[in-house]
Amino acid sequence: MSAPRGKNPIIRIRQLKKVFRVGEERVRALDGIDLDIFPNEFVAIMGASGSGKSTLMNILGCLDKPTSGQYILNGHPTHKMGMGKLAQVRNQEIGFIFQSYELLNRSTALRNVMLPMLYSKHHIFSARRRAKDALRLVGLDDRMSHRPNQLSGGQRQRVAIARSLVNEPSMILADEPTGNLDSKTTVEIIDLFTKLHKAGQTIVVVTHEEDVAGHARRIVRLRDGRIISDYPSDEDPIHLDWVQRMSEGRASITDAELEINAKADAERRARLEAEKKNKRSLFSRKSKPEAVSTKREGES
Amino acid sequence: MKVLLAPVFFVLRLIWQTVFLALGQVWANKIRAVLTALGIIIGVMGVTGVGTLLNAMESYVLDQFEGIGAKKMWLWGQVPESKRSVMSWTDAKLTTYEANLILEHAEFIETLTPGCRTSWDVSYGKKVEQGVRVTGIWPTWHEIEDRQVLFGRPFSRIDDDENRQVCLINEQGIEELNLDTDPVGDYILVDGRRFLIVGVVETKEVSPMMGGGESRTELYIPFSTHKMMNPYTWTDFTLQMVDPDKAEDAQAEVRFILRNHRQLDPDDEDTFDMFVIQSAIEDFNTLSNYITVVLAVVVGISLVVGGVGIMNIMLVSVSERTREIGLRKAMGAKPPVVLTQFLVEAVVLCLTGGLIGIAVIQLLVSIAPLIPNSPIETLSIPSWAIWTSLIFSSGVGIVFGMFPAIKASMLNPINALRHE
Repeated sequence: MSAPRGKNPIIRIRQLKKVFRVGEERVRALDGIDLDIFPNEFVAIMGASGSGKSTLMNILGCLDKPTSGQYILNGHPTHKMGMGKLAQVRNQEIGFIFQSYELLNRSTALRNVMLPMLYSKHHIFSARRRAKDALRLVGLDDRMSHRPNQLSGGQRQRVAIARSLVNEPSMILADEPTGNLDSKTTVEIIDLFTKLHKAGQTIVVVTHEEDVAGHARRIVRLRDGRIISDYPSDEDPIHLDWVQRMSEGRASITDAELEINAKADAERRARLEAEKKNKRSLFSRKSKPEAVSTKREGES
Repeated sequence: MKVLLAPVFFVLRLIWQTVFLALGQVWANKIRAVLTALGIIIGVMGVTGVGTLLNAMESYVLDQFEGIGAKKMWLWGQVPESKRSVMSWTDAKLTTYEANLILEHAEFIETLTPGCRTSWDVSYGKKVEQGVRVTGIWPTWHEIEDRQVLFGRPFSRIDDDENRQVCLINEQGIEELNLDTDPVGDYILVDGRRFLIVGVVETKEVSPMMGGGESRTELYIPFSTHKMMNPYTWTDFTLQMVDPDKAEDAQAEVRFILRNHRQLDPDDEDTFDMFVIQSAIEDFNTLSNYITVVLAVVVGISLVVGGVGIMNIMLVSVSERTREIGLRKAMGAKPPVVLTQFLVEAVVLCLTGGLIGIAVIQLLVSIAPLIPNSPIETLSIPSWAIWTSLIFSSGVGIVFGMFPAIKASMLNPINALRHE
């Protein structure tokens, strides 16, 4: 845990819980998250599917509200806000980047980048200039009047990045930003993120790709709605193990990951027993350490 | 200045963007938009089309009335239904005494002329015209009828007082009797009597609506001369009111004078009847109001049908663009903004339909006068029809676009962004 201290965090999350009701069952998607993210951090949030990663991302992005707990984003107590206020916070504080870009197909790149400013009371007279500046920053100043279907995947994602930057958000929230891109374009986009980070931008990337996470400065791992590990990327045991294996040419689930997963599972079982809840819940299914998901197998 | 303008500009930009987007949406789905708006198009065509026809009919009819003169009133004797067995037609006949009585006492009547008509044979030299309508009139006829005296002089009081055998003839008569171009001073024979032609009046077309046909020879002689030649002829009065808006007062006055003179009891029916152009105009206006109401019902139905189509297509549009809605919401669009976007789109769709409808009618209107022998020379869409159409079609857009727009604005951004 070597986040830069001494500054006020941009994101301050305390005992964040999110419970979904699925029929009779109550599913605890997030089960008490504590997380601080400081200005100019580059954080990767990782986790297998079902780990609560998407739920956390939705709450971080102010698209969803927690069941309980605190989430303070740049001084805004979002857990107390209504949907209208949250929309304003999304507009001002968060730059979204999506896996499938989510550009408006009938509008030009420039118009797409101007979109967030349409819903903002600021930059009314400078919207076009700002959008052009943002496109220049991502290296697309010659593609301003192109429509998304005239652009390559990497260019589209760069338009989306320009769009996320244009309102000067306090945080960029990227959801699998390279999920739809080939490895070469992935590198370009990651480089762009690194460049933005160096320029002082706070970036949160939600991903399941270790190589993408490796470019972040900090890796937060989720499992069953809890944070199971939170290290700088060059100290994260799972990541280091993965790097080791990659260099040896073995791309498989790592021993370190299995180890940490097993430890987390054991802890959870102990906790559940302590709670002595007889109610059936999604979390009460028997999960043995060796049966842990091996979805990263075969990926390199 | 910029600080003051910023909120205004913010709203204007949002509206402009929304309208621009909506137009783009309509343009992108041209065929779908037109099919969807078909109900609106037909409804608007209904309003403007019938409005145009009604307008044309109205101006035609009012023109006709105007030509006859809105100040005119007709009065004639009539035996009431219940008195058929005890009264003869001659008892109900109007008299010159009554004419003088009305002239003397009725404040709302400017002037009047009695009139009686008989068909006599008229001849000039060897030329004989059979069954010419000869009308006996007072000189006041010239004030009431808008007929120019082309040659000679109009009638004067003395012609009537002395039962002079003088006559006015119309232009048509000159032609048919082979008279000189200026026949003033010539004599013609009317029923065997010698009549001096003292003047020529213009021939006036009588509209088919008022029972006129092809114009033909008309002869006017002093009323007293006519009475002398044929004492049994029927008499009616043509009156001129002071003010067409006071038609009811004038009628009441004349009725009072005549009932008083004829000593009718309060429960007796009138032994005369009258007619004013004004009441015909009112009848016509009532009729056109009824037509308007029927039109409104028909249009209302077609607009509702059209509106259902709009609602349907807007629901499709909302579910097609769920991801876009999700994105806009993620970017900070508040529910009212999303609602406005879809509402504006529905209104733009409806207005497009409305404009197409108006354009089609405008096309027909500009083609119609080109049809040979069409009675309509100029047609134009009345501006009220255009405004009503546009207001109603946007109203339909708002009413039927509301539900889809609310649906869009209530969408959860997370689910919307995940929508396939």
